[in-house]
Amino acid sequence: MNVEEFIGHLEEEFEDITPGTLKPESEFGKHFEITSINALIMIALVNTEYGVVINANDLQSSKTINDLYKIIKSRIE
Amino acid sequence: MALFSIPDIKITGISTCVPQNEFDNLKYHWISLEERKSFIRTTGIAKRRIVKKKKTATSDLCFTATEKLLKDLKWDRKEIELLIFVSQSRDYVLPQTACILQDKLGLSKECMALDMCAGCSAYPYGLSVIGGLMTSGEIKKGLLLIGDISSANSYRDKSFYPLAGDAGTATALEYSPGSNGMHFNLQTDGAGYNALIIPDGGFRNYASKDSFKYKKYGKGVIRHNLHVALDGIEIFNFALREVAPNAKKLLKYSETDIETIDYFVFHQANKLINETVRKILKVQPEKCPYSLDRYGNTSSASIPLTIVTELNKKIQKGKNKMLLSGFGVGLSWGSVIVETDKIKCPEVIDYEG
Repeated sequence: MNVEEFIGHLEEEFEDITPGTLKPESEFGKHFEITSINALIMIALVNTEYGVVINANDLQSSKTINDLYKIIKSRIE
Repeated sequence: MALFSIPDIKITGISTCVPQNEFDNLKYHWISLEERKSFIRTTGIAKRRIVKKKKTATSDLCFTATEKLLKDLKWDRKEIELLIFVSQSRDYVLPQTACILQDKLGLSKECMALDMCAGCSAYPYGLSVIGGLMTSGEIKKGLLLIGDISSANSYRDKSFYPLAGDAGTATALEYSPGSNGMHFNLQTDGAGYNALIIPDGGFRNYASKDSFKYKKYGKGVIRHNLHVALDGIEIFNFALREVAPNAKKLLKYSETDIETIDYFVFHQANKLINETVRKILKVQPEKCPYSLDRYGNTSSASIPLTIVTELNKKIQKGKNKMLLSGFGVGLSWGSVIVETDKIKCPEVIDYEG
């Protein structure tokens, strides 16, 4: 996996993201809001695609898309 | 491991009663219209049945469901020697609601009656207890009444209020030597007791004036300590972690080929959880019925409710093998494999009030 693939999954899953607008350095809250519902969708997506569990702390501690991607990647390896 | 089989017991009927009053989540004005739409899209819960009158109790719904089922089964009430009521919304702190129901249903004084407290895992747990008590053959007929009123919670708590629906169910069981019986895998993790809890009103934290003080726990989440507090992410991760492995282990233990299961009926938590679990288990969508779009998450009642609303025509006709899986508050979870053969299963009943 790579971060672009992860962004691709996010664009597919979240209708309100315009494809091409999300970058690895995009910040949560600024470019993409993690509401409580979006958090659940994100957890389900990561679990289904990568077989990895992320929790509320992981989402809160991630400033950018890349931060979250790194957490997921570290759990796969 | 609580992996076990209970032989010589069969389910002979299932019925369900819900309040007539419908709540449309599109009209949940506590959150914005956009949020409502996103909520419905993600959870799959568009409408719910909730009691109108505060005095309507879970036992009223279960009573109505039982009356209809007994009429259809043509059972002699004198022969019913066991009644179990499973709920987290009992009539009173004491006495047991099962005692009140025994009298109200006109059952004999020779009938054993008891309450169990369980929520989302109530159906597999309830079946295991009633099955275990009946398998020796002395008690021939038993009733398992399960339900909850979960709508009596904070309207201003968007994390719980739009999920919850009310329902009461009745399942009739008979001692039946030679029948296939039931196979169980039941589990517990009390370390997560705090993820779904009503903090006050029990004997750990007595109800007091402070219990009624509303507090804000986040955007759109305002409730007091006699309301349900749900940690959605914790429960979600728990369900993703535990439900599929539990079901897989049960299939292996009971030497059941997953392809021979006609239906997988899961506790109706929300669409996102259930669909993720279904995909992990690689179950075809047509084998996985849903009632939550119209009835919401009905806690302990969700599995029998879904059998009645989605499968009642099929299970009245032929044989069906089902894997039923409940998971949630406790944390408590489990699966049961049952086989039904032309059981009574009347249409869902509407309750006024």
